[in-house]
Amino acid sequence: MVASTSKYKYIVCDPELCIGCQLCEYICSYTKTGEFNSYRSRIRTVRVDEVLITAVACRTCENAPCVIACTRDALTQDTETGIIRIDPQKCDGCAWCIEACDFGAISINHQTKLAEFCNQCEDVEDGPQCVKICPKDALEYTTPDQRSQRTRHKLVKQSLDFPTKAKDPR
Amino acid sequence: MYGYSGKILHIDLTERKQWVEEKPEDWYKVYIGGVAMASRLCWENIEVGCDPYDPGNPVCFANGIFAGTPVPVGGKYGLASKSPLTGFIGDSLSGSWFSIALKRAKWDGVVIHGASDKWVHIFIDDERVEFLNADHLLGLGTHETEEAIREEFGDDQVRSATIGPAGENMVRYGNVTNDGRQAGRTGHGAVWASKKLKAVSVRGTYGVTVADPDKLLKLSFDITESAQGPHTEKYRIYGTSTNVLNANKEGFLPTRNFQEGVFDFAELVSGEYLDEHHKVKVIACAQCPIACEQMSMVKKGPYAGSMTGIEYECLQAVSSNCGIDDMTAAIRMVEISDKSGMDTMSMGVSISYAMECFEKGILKKSDFKCKKYPEGFEPNFGNGEAGVTLAEMIRDKEGIGEILAEGTRIAAKIIDKKYGSESWKWAMNIKGLECPGYDARSLKTFAMGLAVGTRGGCHNRSAAYDPDIKGETNRYTVDETRGEVAARSEEYAAVYDTLPLCKFIRRCFTGKADRAGAWPAIAELINATTGWNFGYDDVDLIGVRAHTIKKAFNIREGWKREDDDIPYRWKHDPMTKGPGAGHVVTDEELDYMIQLYYKTKGWTEEGLIPKQLLVDLGMEDIAEEIGV
Repeated sequence: MVASTSKYKYIVCDPELCIGCQLCEYICSYTKTGEFNSYRSRIRTVRVDEVLITAVACRTCENAPCVIACTRDALTQDTETGIIRIDPQKCDGCAWCIEACDFGAISINHQTKLAEFCNQCEDVEDGPQCVKICPKDALEYTTPDQRSQRTRHKLVKQSLDFPTKAKDPR
Repeated sequence: MYGYSGKILHIDLTERKQWVEEKPEDWYKVYIGGVAMASRLCWENIEVGCDPYDPGNPVCFANGIFAGTPVPVGGKYGLASKSPLTGFIGDSLSGSWFSIALKRAKWDGVVIHGASDKWVHIFIDDERVEFLNADHLLGLGTHETEEAIREEFGDDQVRSATIGPAGENMVRYGNVTNDGRQAGRTGHGAVWASKKLKAVSVRGTYGVTVADPDKLLKLSFDITESAQGPHTEKYRIYGTSTNVLNANKEGFLPTRNFQEGVFDFAELVSGEYLDEHHKVKVIACAQCPIACEQMSMVKKGPYAGSMTGIEYECLQAVSSNCGIDDMTAAIRMVEISDKSGMDTMSMGVSISYAMECFEKGILKKSDFKCKKYPEGFEPNFGNGEAGVTLAEMIRDKEGIGEILAEGTRIAAKIIDKKYGSESWKWAMNIKGLECPGYDARSLKTFAMGLAVGTRGGCHNRSAAYDPDIKGETNRYTVDETRGEVAARSEEYAAVYDTLPLCKFIRRCFTGKADRAGAWPAIAELINATTGWNFGYDDVDLIGVRAHTIKKAFNIREGWKREDDDIPYRWKHDPMTKGPGAGHVVTDEELDYMIQLYYKTKGWTEEGLIPKQLLVDLGMEDIAEEIGV
């Protein structure tokens, strides 16, 4: 898979845990449009083979290629959060951003002629709704640094097989 | 109208035309969706008395009320035709994306009439219907066909229901597959092949709206969360295959073609063994937060590389039921069945029937000649390679496979006619549909539940094994409660099959699976989706009506009292081992229970439905035709 260059938080999916239920797509499309429709979801599940399943959303790349590629300066990136924002007055659905995105995280709404992508539910009080609904905790909203730290912790615990507080004493 | 579009799409393969039928809201309140609506569409559109392979036998899809919403496990549709195995209603369910795509295309149901003279792939693109050439898809497996179609359209959201090579060859129990799930039983694949229908694909681009989305989301969240707890643990950890050891302990695990209920090597074909040695990943249907499908792979040996989802019913049919203790051969057999699109349960029982014919000396080694073994082979019980080879021969209709592909009822007729034998005595089917993985000799309520079942030997429609196993009834005897128990369990199951909701969610509403626990919660889901005002009684009636329409269909197609029966073996051959040893269900016991059952249902002693009862259920037109 193409490496992300992001230092920001974004939503990632653990393919080991993802079962392909698509509940993330339901809640996403509902949050954004008021209807349930996978075509309008900003996060998309991918099932390449029977058991190869994951979900993909915007990875908030540094120097985001979609922003650079936009011919109308309709896309901007928040320097604090990395979230990409769209100016609906400028976007005309030309899809250059789709060409530029290494993750296939952008789609065009053919009715509105606007690019659509994950904004990490920045306008929703309790944050990314897909992360909240995921029944298997396959989705998380973290930075790459946080994930590498977590992986180090997990590895050490596993290799020592040391009883931790998380384990049920019974 | 929320939850429905009010529209049924009709497609005629002979004339290559389409039309739209609009249904009033009251019709939906009676037939809801799933198996009930599919059966009703079949009732309305079939040429009465036609052969199942005749163009007059329609293919009827009915979507679910909750498909395309976040209601857990609501992504299911019903499929009905007249079954080529039973000659009665063939109603099946399948889960996952197909139903959701259909919902987004705004069709509550699809009825496919007539027959094509060339292989055809129907593409439903929202309101537009295309008849596409399917020649290049022929011979492809079920999963391969779906992938090829998505590749063609370049759109992941195009979802297809297809038949595989077994269906194309008109194996009588060929089935329909979508998204790795099957409308598995009663032979839909063969009906599709009789119409030269290889695949139905749907692209739906409209959003789904419901009456009260915030309420529905809240309800769905709670159920989703509950579904991660102890109520579904069995399905999530080992999947249904964990039943093998339990069934073995209780002495009703089908063994060597239902000769015994205890298998000495059950450990080797258990869900626990599968988990330790073969599990790759657990996956879910779309819209399901449980995930029960245990994807299992053979890692070494002659069947290395075989991979498919393994469940209890498939597993027992090809392992203990064939005396096979080699899990790798079992996985291979299920894979052949899944990829070629046939009902693994009917296939397994057809194979075990052939094995018994061989062991009893009716079929000889020379009867099992094939390309792989030109001199034939010896399919003793326990011979895994023989099981695998027979599965391939059935798929390809090669040699003896051509006879076994007809199912045990017809196969026994052919073989008994040819050899003067009495193999019908171990042809384990009910109304022509092969028996499920519960030996009913010592589950007597269930034996009757199966006998009266509208689609034949099916554990999904009659759930009467549950009280028998749990000890709510004495499984070894009969008494006056059994009519009530069987009728209520069947109607309980029919509620889930009609909405449809997967039954694995049944404990997640309130922790209790009974009516008092589930019906009020289900009513809330229905009301938030449709804006209706359903209560406990309305939910309960869903099951009664669903079962009644199917029974009515069977009566009109010539059902007789003597069709409600169980296999000879369960009435005459007691098992020798385990808790079920020594038990049979006698004709007297069965008759007694069936009479109790008819009485509970409010039917006549001959099992016919009084006019008034049908009128009270809101089925006036059916009362006119078959009411007494």
